[in-house]
Amino acid sequence: MAYRILRQLLYAAALILAVLVLNFLLIQLAPGDPAEVIAGEMGGANAEVMAAIRQQYGLDKPILTQLGLYLGRALQGDLGTSYFYNRPVVELILSRLGPTLLLVTAALAFALIVGTRLGVMAARKPRGIASTLVTVLSLVGYSAPVFWTGLMLVILFAAKIPLFPVAGMINIVKQGGPLVRALDIAHHLVLPALTLGLVYLAQYSRLTRASMLEVLGADYIRTARAKGVSERRVLNHHAFRNALLPVVTVAGMQFGAIISGAVLVETVFSWPGLGTLAFQSILARDYPTVLGILFFSTLLVIIANLLTDFVSRLLDPRLAKGH
Amino acid sequence: MADPVLDIRNLKVDFTTRRGVAHVLDDVSFTVAPGELLAIVGESGCGKSMTALSILGLIPSPPGRIVGGSIGFQGRDLTRLPQSDLRRIRGGDIAMIFQEPMTSLNPVFTCGEQIAEAVRLHQKASPAAARTRAVEMLRAVGIPEPELRADAYPHQLSGGMRQRVMIAMALSCEPKLLIADEPTTALDVTVQAQIFTLLDDLRQRTGTAIILITHDMGAVAEMADKVAVMYAGRIIERGPADAVLDNPGHPYTRGLLASIPRIDADPDADLPEIPGIVPALTDLGRGCAFAPRCPMAIDACLAAQPRHVAISANHSAACIRLEPQEVSA
Repeated sequence: MAYRILRQLLYAAALILAVLVLNFLLIQLAPGDPAEVIAGEMGGANAEVMAAIRQQYGLDKPILTQLGLYLGRALQGDLGTSYFYNRPVVELILSRLGPTLLLVTAALAFALIVGTRLGVMAARKPRGIASTLVTVLSLVGYSAPVFWTGLMLVILFAAKIPLFPVAGMINIVKQGGPLVRALDIAHHLVLPALTLGLVYLAQYSRLTRASMLEVLGADYIRTARAKGVSERRVLNHHAFRNALLPVVTVAGMQFGAIISGAVLVETVFSWPGLGTLAFQSILARDYPTVLGILFFSTLLVIIANLLTDFVSRLLDPRLAKGH
Repeated sequence: MADPVLDIRNLKVDFTTRRGVAHVLDDVSFTVAPGELLAIVGESGCGKSMTALSILGLIPSPPGRIVGGSIGFQGRDLTRLPQSDLRRIRGGDIAMIFQEPMTSLNPVFTCGEQIAEAVRLHQKASPAAARTRAVEMLRAVGIPEPELRADAYPHQLSGGMRQRVMIAMALSCEPKLLIADEPTTALDVTVQAQIFTLLDDLRQRTGTAIILITHDMGAVAEMADKVAVMYAGRIIERGPADAVLDNPGHPYTRGLLASIPRIDADPDADLPEIPGIVPALTDLGRGCAFAPRCPMAIDACLAAQPRHVAISANHSAACIRLEPQEVSA
């Protein structure tokens, strides 16, 4: 067990290093000169000022030197300073990480809980109305682009029926204790989390349905029935735990995609998270920030993979022994 | 003889398929007395397993449906009971073990949990009491270190051990009737013998009646009190085990017995076989379903379904050749 954890951590460390290098090179390949952007922000500059900017940010050095400097600083937890915000990148990202994690976790929890329940319902009667509804819903959910779903939800639940706020994470006018604040954030969270979660809900309900139908044909389900187990318990206890495994695996693999999806959702709902930050820094060619965000997303995905592994082992004892 | 535990009369089960209605079980009748072992034998697809599933009310429906007859169990007709009542009987008074021990246990729960679940369901036992009972049952079926094995997952046990776990689960609620559907087919020969011995032993200790569905004629000869031979959804011969094995009345039964390999047979000779295959149940003619494969078939075989003819006490076979006029002719 300890050996496996050590091996996975080493693997993760190697991956992080590789991603740092790759991220840096990718950004270098992108067209556009950051010095010009910085100069533009300052309201124009002559060649002398441009050179000064290049020197100040290390842009005049060869790429390999820039990379070496970047890696050295990154390992000390310094991802540079944002050209655009003029703040340390790590500090900037950490201030935005919370809202994004909140949004992604809420969306994922919603998609997993509701999606798997719908899938189980559909599997109970594979030719029934619930089953058809799940199939249709998942097709719509899967094919509708996130920004469209977001805008439709805003029109419906914020404009026509004003139940939820249109944008943002907190209402500055509202005063009160931590509970009031938490409720306010939760209120703002509903629409973005719904928007982001719907796509995945569609997929998980379909996947759960297919997986349940397969498991329900298994010999051990017949054993459970022959034992006198109620149909409800057969579905929710004996079949569900076996059917959940592929869903958990897919959800874990999609974690990166969900973070990318958050960029769009955060932009639509002005959610003050990493996605909005990524969007703004890409527009501003704010390299250090973009690199920093990519690095943090990688970290999140690696953590998500470790978690998925852990949950899978909990669900299926056959994996725990390294079979 | 005591009142039978199980009294099946004229049971008919139909499956509606795209190619028509298949009479999966047609006019099946038999009884099993307490402590008795009835062996049901026949080729694959002849309705043996379907008979077992009908008793438990587990026929896949649709497409399957009981269309006639009765299954008498403790004074009640199981074909008329609602699912909720059947559920109380399943695993409680009637238990079943299956032919695939490798896949018949749920991979994500421990063996102990799976046995204890049946005990908790039927005997309303506390979790601790159910666990104690599970360990006790594992010991009873000859599993070494039962306290440890109770916490093992199925994949950590061999096929024979898993089948023992299945038997422990089935017997945990002291059923009146145990249905064993080819319990040894997937196991090694040495393990097969162990499992049969275990079943026989448990029957004698607990007085549980057993319906043994099997291909293994050796096991039938050794353990069975009664035999029912099935072909194409019907029982074509039934009787006390000795009588059926020593003096088979139906050509099909004779064919089955002849195809058992013998140690004293000429090693170069081909093993006798029954030519042809089991007919599709959707297009059975009016007559005897075995006639197309039967070496003794005559025109009259195809005209009408043969009746059961008594050969000796309690021993009968459904073959036109046994009817008096044929014998005298």
